[in-house]
Amino acid sequence: MIEVKNLTKKFHDLTAVDDISFNVAEGEIFAFLGPNGAGKSTTIKILTTLLQPTSGTVILNGHDPVEQPDAVRRSFGIVFQDPSLDDDLTALENMEIHGVLYDVPTKIRRARSEELLKFVELWDRKDSLVKEFSGGMKRRLEIARGLLHHPKIIFLDEPTLGLDPQTRNHMWTYLRELNKREGTTVFFTTHYMEEADRIAQRIAVIDHGKIIAIGTSAELKQQTATVSLEDAFLALTGSTIREESADSTARMRAIRRGIGHR
Amino acid sequence: MQKIYILWLRQIKKYLRSKSRMVGSLAQPLLFLLALGYGFGSVFQQAGEGNYLNFLAPGIIGMSIIFTAIFSGMEVIWDRQFGFLKETLVAPMSRLNIMIGRTLGGATVATMQGVIVMAIAMLFGFHPANWFAIIPAIGVMFLVALLFTSLGTMIASLLNDMQGFQLIMNFLVMPLFFLSGALFPLQGLPTALAIIAKVDPLSYGIDALRALLIDAGHYGLGIDIAVLGTITLVFLWLGAYFFKKIQA
Repeated sequence: MIEVKNLTKKFHDLTAVDDISFNVAEGEIFAFLGPNGAGKSTTIKILTTLLQPTSGTVILNGHDPVEQPDAVRRSFGIVFQDPSLDDDLTALENMEIHGVLYDVPTKIRRARSEELLKFVELWDRKDSLVKEFSGGMKRRLEIARGLLHHPKIIFLDEPTLGLDPQTRNHMWTYLRELNKREGTTVFFTTHYMEEADRIAQRIAVIDHGKIIAIGTSAELKQQTATVSLEDAFLALTGSTIREESADSTARMRAIRRGIGHR
Repeated sequence: MQKIYILWLRQIKKYLRSKSRMVGSLAQPLLFLLALGYGFGSVFQQAGEGNYLNFLAPGIIGMSIIFTAIFSGMEVIWDRQFGFLKETLVAPMSRLNIMIGRTLGGATVATMQGVIVMAIAMLFGFHPANWFAIIPAIGVMFLVALLFTSLGTMIASLLNDMQGFQLIMNFLVMPLFFLSGALFPLQGLPTALAIIAKVDPLSYGIDALRALLIDAGHYGLGIDIAVLGTITLVFLWLGAYFFKKIQA
């Protein structure tokens, strides 16, 4: 379903993703782990057509994000790390816009919006403005929206950040059920190791832009001779705390983008 | 087509819902009409130039359009910060169509604002020479609105956050407005000012409105429309070009 070969992404002198290769099978639940600034979000942005790779190839559902971006875009749904809803519109209006942008026919759009909003328990709030929602409600709405066009793959970038255990549990139950029933491939990142351990069938660990380990949770533990995934993760990536370089580099990139490179 | 429409509709809805924004953006034109329109009225009359409020009204309509349009274009920054831009960027539609939908939406909002200001000016005593000219005048308003919404989009792609907004207001929008002949007649200006007014696209918009509404153009309606049309096309193209460079 996802094939990544020798993928590299450079921002001027900074190599965010350094020659990585991996595959995700159809119907697989795949976790992509790494410390802050390791290259997770950059990789997701390339897979989802938001960034162009410097070199290497990506094939998603049989299409190349650079050559056929629209075919790729139809194949996936995404829940971003930070919210991407329009706060001034209602929950249903956000669903409507998404459905139209993805060419979902009106009838199916209405039916599926209702079904999904009911599932994430937001149907009775469908006419409320999103700005009145709590963080958890927004997350649930984003998941519902990401699934509206029936994607083959769903990307979730730290989807459970800041959610309470109830909401988290509810969300994963649904995603697992969806994965079982419709064979939707799930690709997610998280900082909660126990979550990756419990949910993911396979795990890749990325650090400094390189994939340093890939396999099932049991394999990673075995490889590092540890008992928990958290220990395995720390053994692989070291226990030094990373500077909050993610933000400052993001800012620097933005400034460069703004002035230097144009 | 439907995708462009839904992005257009989104902006109209947002505008109609934010009453505070609507009222806030009407306060300034109101103040200008009141203070300048009545304040300079007698001086203008004595100089033999006729009714100042009638002369001023098209200028103030132009002002509210340029302010609203540039701000609407710059809303891309907002959408980038609050994430909705990403939702459109991963959707299966071309960057060009996203830009067209947004720009049409922003331009429609600015035109609505212009029409409201025109109605308010009428309450203050503005009376068009020819009532039928209101329809083509609204067309001119839309053209001006398109032009400056595209300019706003261009600016947005060069800025990272709204911190530069004040800079843009003071060094671009205000000069465009004050030097456009919105407040004074273009006849008999000092050469330097006349040249500046000539390169300011807003001058042609306001001049066209005057030609239509009070029968007092300076450049001539044909030239106004030709210049506006050309610059709008160029700016739309540039806006689309710069929009493509925006990365989420």
